[in-house]
Amino acid sequence: MRIDARLIKRLPPTGGSEAFELNVHLKSDADITVLLGPSGAGKTLTLNCLGGFATPDEGRILVNDELYFDAPTKLRLPPQQRRCGYIFQDHALFPHMTVRENLRFAANAGRGNSGLNRHRRIAELLETFELADLAGRKPAQLSGGQKQRAALARMLVNEPKLLLLDEPTRGLDGRLKQAFYELLGKLRERSAAPMVLVTHDLEECMELAGHVCLMEAGRFTQCGPRERVFARPATVEVARSLSIYNILPASVEALDPGRDCSRLSVLGQLWEVPYLPGRLIGDQGYVCVRQSETKVVVASGSPAAANQLLLKIESASPSLRGVRIQLEHAVIAEISEAEYALCRGSERLTVEVPSAAVYFVGK
Amino acid sequence: MIDWFPLWLSLRVAALATFFVLTAGTFVAYLLSHKSFRGKNLVDSLITLPLVLPPTVLGYYLLVLVGRHSPLGQLYEGLFGQPLVFTWQAAVVAAFLHSAPIYIKAGRAVLETVDTRYEWAAHSLGASEWRTFWRVTLPLAWRGLSSLASLSFARSLGDFGVTIMVAGNIPGQTQTLSVAIFDAVESGDGRLARILVIVISAAALALLWAAGYLSRPARAQSAG
Repeated sequence: MRIDARLIKRLPPTGGSEAFELNVHLKSDADITVLLGPSGAGKTLTLNCLGGFATPDEGRILVNDELYFDAPTKLRLPPQQRRCGYIFQDHALFPHMTVRENLRFAANAGRGNSGLNRHRRIAELLETFELADLAGRKPAQLSGGQKQRAALARMLVNEPKLLLLDEPTRGLDGRLKQAFYELLGKLRERSAAPMVLVTHDLEECMELAGHVCLMEAGRFTQCGPRERVFARPATVEVARSLSIYNILPASVEALDPGRDCSRLSVLGQLWEVPYLPGRLIGDQGYVCVRQSETKVVVASGSPAAANQLLLKIESASPSLRGVRIQLEHAVIAEISEAEYALCRGSERLTVEVPSAAVYFVGK
Repeated sequence: MIDWFPLWLSLRVAALATFFVLTAGTFVAYLLSHKSFRGKNLVDSLITLPLVLPPTVLGYYLLVLVGRHSPLGQLYEGLFGQPLVFTWQAAVVAAFLHSAPIYIKAGRAVLETVDTRYEWAAHSLGASEWRTFWRVTLPLAWRGLSSLASLSFARSLGDFGVTIMVAGNIPGQTQTLSVAIFDAVESGDGRLARILVIVISAAALALLWAAGYLSRPARAQSAG
């Protein structure tokens, strides 16, 4: 395990906020581990515990087989000895130094490098991150994207063993975000250190994560490889928090392992889905279908066919892919402008889901 | 002919006191702003105490603390071969006591406004606390601290009560500007008093202006 951190930290209530308890066990072998959750979930606190800027009350932190923190033996490596590269929100480039001086500060602070090596490394990093022409500028004279590159370059000067990134794309527009993801690719060529990235941006998580930890109120609600977490949310709450699913209450009506088939009752309609191992007839739960896989049947009749539902339209709004339609039971579907033109005026709409796209989660 | 010795002495005393305030005061302000330790509140109260006690009380304490029969006073006498009280060096101690509390209290606030993330960033890059202080914290707080230093200098110029208690009023030796003014008024030399009052007022005004100038926020640089 490259990262194995058991963290418990209690924060007493302060003037504006209630008491908070962080209680997580972060285990990951992935290149990039993403902590995804709403603000106030304890994501940054987790990073600070890893970096040495917050001391857990209990637990231990093991990174690349090196012990950073161990509560029972009172071992606590100071941040200087952890060799974590940390990208703070707003980058924290030293405002009174130029880009080159920022990198040089890092090089001089690190141990073991000879003067020539330092010089070469700074030059290489400035080149890699396209900062050579900007090296003489102060952070205030840089754009958001340039600051980002400078912060990444500075972080890599001392060849860190663990990379911590706190909402690195906050405040960047879509184009710059994309540029940042490409930069992370470049970064990978220069550092194989595991990375823990904090975000509340679902798309960023999709784009980058190898391993995902969903976080809420100081706990991990689900952890695992990205595909697994997104395709198989552990609970209906997790599925809701991902906000990519249409979720409807359902119950198991029939199970037929021989034909690899189960029947679910969804809002009174029978749906046929693949066999659900480990379920019993009568089990209550929810079906989760990705919004992107919820198809609209434009030539609508009665919902006689399997895996269909006739739902009332509540609202429609333009979206990137056409029109986003909000139906009753909070079902959301996206259709093209042309399809929308065909069903405009009708009060109800038939939606259909492919049986393989249905995921059943128990209560 | 006016004797300018008091002005010269006052400037020398204030400069030395400011030097000690800048070094020791910055150190204490850093401890108060960046460290948590037991008795921090007590230390803070002790530092505030000189601001509220009458100068005579402070002077009395100093006389007891560094007088010729006290251990500290004897240590000083052993080191420098002369007693501390009733010398111009005692006026430096008095001026230090007069200006250090304000410097430390305001300096703590200045150091606390330095964004912790810069210090954390330096630590995560491997910089020791000492290096971080010199290369990151101090440069970022420098504007505020230097403004406070000129304020300290102005305040050091103006001490009267403690100075007269521990350094006395020896013309040509320990008579600072503020003491000389008192002396001139007492002996009915209105012209001398007027001139010295104008001199010290102008100096204080100039220093306050400098303090205000230094504490101005840096002109915002436009982003590229």
